[in-house]
Amino acid sequence: MTLRQLLLLTAGVGLLAAAALTPLIGSGYAMSMAINLLMFTALATAWALFSGPTGYISLATVAFFGIGAYTVAVVGEALPWGLVLALAAGLGFLVALVVGLSTLRLRGVYFVIFTFGLAELIRQLVTWYEANHAGSVGRFVFLDISQAQIVWQLTAVTAVVFLLGALLQRSRLGLTLRMIGDDETVALHCGANTTAAKLLAFSLSAALMALVGAIVAPRWTYLDPTIAFNPVVSFQVLIMALLGGAGRLYGPLLGVIPLVLLFEYLSAHFPNHFSILLGVTFLAIVYLVPNGVAGLAERYLGRPRPSQPAAAAPAQPKEGTS
Amino acid sequence: MTRAPILTVDGLSKRFGGLVAVDGLSFSVYPGEIVGLLGPNGSGKTTTMHLISGALKPSAGSIRLGGDEIAGQPPYRIARLGIARTFQLVRVLGSMTCLENVQAGLAFGPGALAGKAAAQRAHALLERVGMHPLADRPAGELTYLDQTRLELARALAVRPRLLLLDEWLAGLNPSELVEGIALLRALREDGITMVLVEHVMDAIRSLCDRCVVMNAGRKIADAQPEAALSDPEVVRAYLGDDDA
Ligand SMILES: Nc1ncnc2c1ncn2[C@@H]1O[C@H](COP(=O)(O)OP(=O)(O)OP(=O)(O)O)[C@@H](O)[C@H]1O
Ligand SMILES: [Mg+2]
Repeated sequence: MTLRQLLLLTAGVGLLAAAALTPLIGSGYAMSMAINLLMFTALATAWALFSGPTGYISLATVAFFGIGAYTVAVVGEALPWGLVLALAAGLGFLVALVVGLSTLRLRGVYFVIFTFGLAELIRQLVTWYEANHAGSVGRFVFLDISQAQIVWQLTAVTAVVFLLGALLQRSRLGLTLRMIGDDETVALHCGANTTAAKLLAFSLSAALMALVGAIVAPRWTYLDPTIAFNPVVSFQVLIMALLGGAGRLYGPLLGVIPLVLLFEYLSAHFPNHFSILLGVTFLAIVYLVPNGVAGLAERYLGRPRPSQPAAAAPAQPKEGTS
Repeated sequence: MTRAPILTVDGLSKRFGGLVAVDGLSFSVYPGEIVGLLGPNGSGKTTTMHLISGALKPSAGSIRLGGDEIAGQPPYRIARLGIARTFQLVRVLGSMTCLENVQAGLAFGPGALAGKAAAQRAHALLERVGMHPLADRPAGELTYLDQTRLELARALAVRPRLLLLDEWLAGLNPSELVEGIALLRALREDGITMVLVEHVMDAIRSLCDRCVVMNAGRKIADAQPEAALSDPEVVRAYLGDDDA
């Protein structure tokens, strides 16, 4: 293990420990901040597991998050909690698998639009079902789960997301995802089954998002599709991952911390203009830090991989990659 | 030759809408051979390479690698069966280092390598194409020439029984050309079977055992280089059929 990896590991364990301790020493407000921070860290890091290396930008985060939350609303009282969580993750995985089979052929902006449409479609389907078959659009979630328990469960899931991410980076699947991000045609001709790799990573990431949705669902005592499938969540996760830098495992975290604080401030002080300010934040980030904070930091603090620009390399027109 | 062919293309066709880019093409490649695939611009050479490597699905015809029918199979499966290729417009994994580019070729299929063994083999392959000093350089920052050499190293990493090179020597200056031809000849000494699409006549004469010449999607000659290049129909195809 290099010094750099040791430092990152220590920092990660320290942050998680601090989060896990908030219920013991902090106020109710501190706990709700911890939940927000952990929730978005887990979501943005899970998002970057797939979208970071492949460059497939997904706006379906809230579709899977909402599936998890709704699993709790529907069967939360009937089944043991562990089983509810497993069911939520399993459903997220399955839906992603089915959707991925049709979606992952699309590239670029088409994929973005499809994933956004998917989240809206699922929201409409749930609304329709609840109104016509369940009797009312909203549901009450009465579970004996405290804020503190939510914090601890989220801490555990966040740790799992980071662990999976670290394993993924060392695996052949991780290599395949990076190859796909660079040039999918080359990946195919190297012998990589790119469709299988994309499906697996997309579904894994979706399962984690659904798990997060299930864990935070007891926070709302009342749940309806506009809450569970709020598209703003997908955009927030995207901005956070991009601000931090989706190319590194710890990147999204660097975006989550400042933006959770900023969004907290904005929604407290400008509740009526929140969406506009969200949009402005988005534009500013894409314009000012295209490679993310992690990219900026590593440029100034030295990179893990040596890469001086080729001394004699003329400006090389980049070949189109289908 | 008495040995069984390694590649047998039979009645291969590909149409794009109304255009027939490859039209009933048949030829064989034997183990250890270098076959040149020639023809004027737009005659269907690259399309043929795409069909053999699985990048495109044939409209009709069969392609056999050894005993396996591979026509219409996905490219990753064809790569795992032992067909590696380079691209007419060079393609590298730009954000990854040269070493990682070669490791990408080593990572899949039977005999795949990972970890230390992969790094060692990748270094050896970079050395083979004369690029080991650039092992840690991101491939996107390389010069055009180095990118073509990296592509070759990556293709060799796939452990090909058959290597497809699409104008791999194009764009080289005379001294680079000499180097490139020497490298391909060295690969031939190692017994690697190749199909080369080339316009560079020096390269064709000094490398190819046999030439298949195409025009408008059809095969018009299949002979040793001198015989193929002096074939009247080939000469007419290259000079342009103004009278047609
Ligand atoms: N994807 C495609 N869709 C439609 N037409 C295509 C496609 N690819 C190739 N063609 C056409 O098929 C014909 C053969 O093209 P191909 O690229 O195989 O020629 P080539 O022999 O490699 O030529 P060159 O020497 O210029 O590389 C051309 O007329 C080309 O315009
Ligand atoms: Mg061509």
